[in-house]
Amino acid sequence: MRNRNATAYRFLTPYLLIFAIFWVWPIISSFLISFQATRTVPWRFAPGFNWGRLIGDPAFFNALKNTLLILVIQVPVMIALAMVMAVLLNSPLLKARGLYRFAFFAPVVVGEVAYSAVFRLMFSLDFGIVNKLLNSIGLPKVDWFSNVTPAMALIMIAVTWRWAGYNAIILLAGMQSIPDDVYEAATLDRVSKLKQFFYITLPLLKPVIVFCAVLSIIGTMQLFTEPFLITERGGPGGGTETLGLLLYRQGFRSLNFGYASAVAYTMAGLAIAITLVQLWLTREPK
Amino acid sequence: MSSLSSARLKRSIALHLFLTPLALIWLFPLWMMVVFSTMPDNGIFSPGIELLPHGNFIDNFNNLQRDTDFVGAIIISVCVAVTYTVLSVLLTSMAGWALARYQFFGKSVVVAIILGTITLPYAVVLIPQFIMVARDFKLANTWVALIVPPLFNSLGVLFMRQSFSMMPDDLFDAARVEGVKEWRIFVFIALPLARPMLAALCIILFLASWNNYLWPLLINSQPGSMTAPVALGTLIGLTKVSWGGIMAGAVMLTVPMLIVFVLLQRHFIAGIAAGAVK
Repeated sequence: MRNRNATAYRFLTPYLLIFAIFWVWPIISSFLISFQATRTVPWRFAPGFNWGRLIGDPAFFNALKNTLLILVIQVPVMIALAMVMAVLLNSPLLKARGLYRFAFFAPVVVGEVAYSAVFRLMFSLDFGIVNKLLNSIGLPKVDWFSNVTPAMALIMIAVTWRWAGYNAIILLAGMQSIPDDVYEAATLDRVSKLKQFFYITLPLLKPVIVFCAVLSIIGTMQLFTEPFLITERGGPGGGTETLGLLLYRQGFRSLNFGYASAVAYTMAGLAIAITLVQLWLTREPK
Repeated sequence: MSSLSSARLKRSIALHLFLTPLALIWLFPLWMMVVFSTMPDNGIFSPGIELLPHGNFIDNFNNLQRDTDFVGAIIISVCVAVTYTVLSVLLTSMAGWALARYQFFGKSVVVAIILGTITLPYAVVLIPQFIMVARDFKLANTWVALIVPPLFNSLGVLFMRQSFSMMPDDLFDAARVEGVKEWRIFVFIALPLARPMLAALCIILFLASWNNYLWPLLINSQPGSMTAPVALGTLIGLTKVSWGGIMAGAVMLTVPMLIVFVLLQRHFIAGIAAGAVK
């Protein structure tokens, strides 16, 4: 590698320019906006205005609670499921591997709007195929949209369907980068497959699992489209409203940019905390 | 030996018995999307269980086109996604090249910032981006608004940096000895060598633009400037709307991507997996 400041920056400039305009400045700007009262013209500096409101706003705590609830249930379930998919897809005993891979990985290419529409139709009360199938095996219908618990479950089911395969791809790639001879040695020593998984695969895969978990947490924390489209703007009665949806409602429906920026920075704070935990979890043992 | 292979057989059967229902459940929403898109609305909202496609796709598509100009929206989506992909591949591979092949002042800072943005929620930049593009630049409802702000992409740069840094030094040094300029080395030696990685990157970027929802929803909300997912999204939740039409739209958004996925599966998976393998 050669030391060439001018050449390097010539290659980097267009990228850094976009970064400066559309990321660096907005990051600073939204921090500043969060300390301003933005529904007066001109905006005025009022440090406690939005943050003070945030601390006392039941809608904020409702959105925070829903977001965290989805986070702690959906992310572990999905990562576990992705792990199962990856382990089984990696099995040498599997036939027609391509078909199974297609089934699990296909949702990765499906857009949020398209799949939200399908889920909405599949889970509708009287004519949804899911309730019809539940009925046909003797189970009662579930009203997925007018009760909070089923509505939350529906959001989690939808997100898990969309993203489990994505995580399975990453986990599978991680597994395939573990050298075969480790397993061959273990097999020669008559270590069972299950023990091999817990004592070889899992520890070696830890950084990849943590990576998946962090990406999923950051993604789920900003969850917007699913409660926006599937449960109709966070319904029933705010029961599935997330921080992402609250930000949208405050920022772009009520045009309250200051308050929405405070919500955005709360999300950033959570993300930073989670990233620090990740760095701590994957630190090199000394 | 025979007991060993019969144990393998049992394990193999158990594996398939578990995985097949799971795969069918996973395919079910996609299958139902296709089925719904071919059913008349009164068929979708009827008490019977219908699991096979009918022949109503064209009628549904016509209903969709009556509800919103979906063809127009598809044209915008295609043009935007193609332009975005070309520009973004150019930007990210140039930046990745610089980070992989040169030592320069401030490099560790640039890398740290790029890594940092991976875990930063997009929500933090959303509002100022909107204010800037819509109010300051007056670019709402234009293609520029759809294409330019999403050009910053951290995983893509890291992927290209990884690809370029794996290439042998001698190759480039030989060219330098001959006096070939750096940008020519990049364009005529490095980029052709990175073709498989560029293919993976193109697919991922195209897909990201094609499926992007929140930003286009906010910035291009005028009819006639909407992308296809936004146009389709406006119909969801309306009372008098053709659900068969919405499903026809969903199929038109999804099936081409599924075909691309099947044809280029290897590149696709490489692009997604690249995030984890450092």
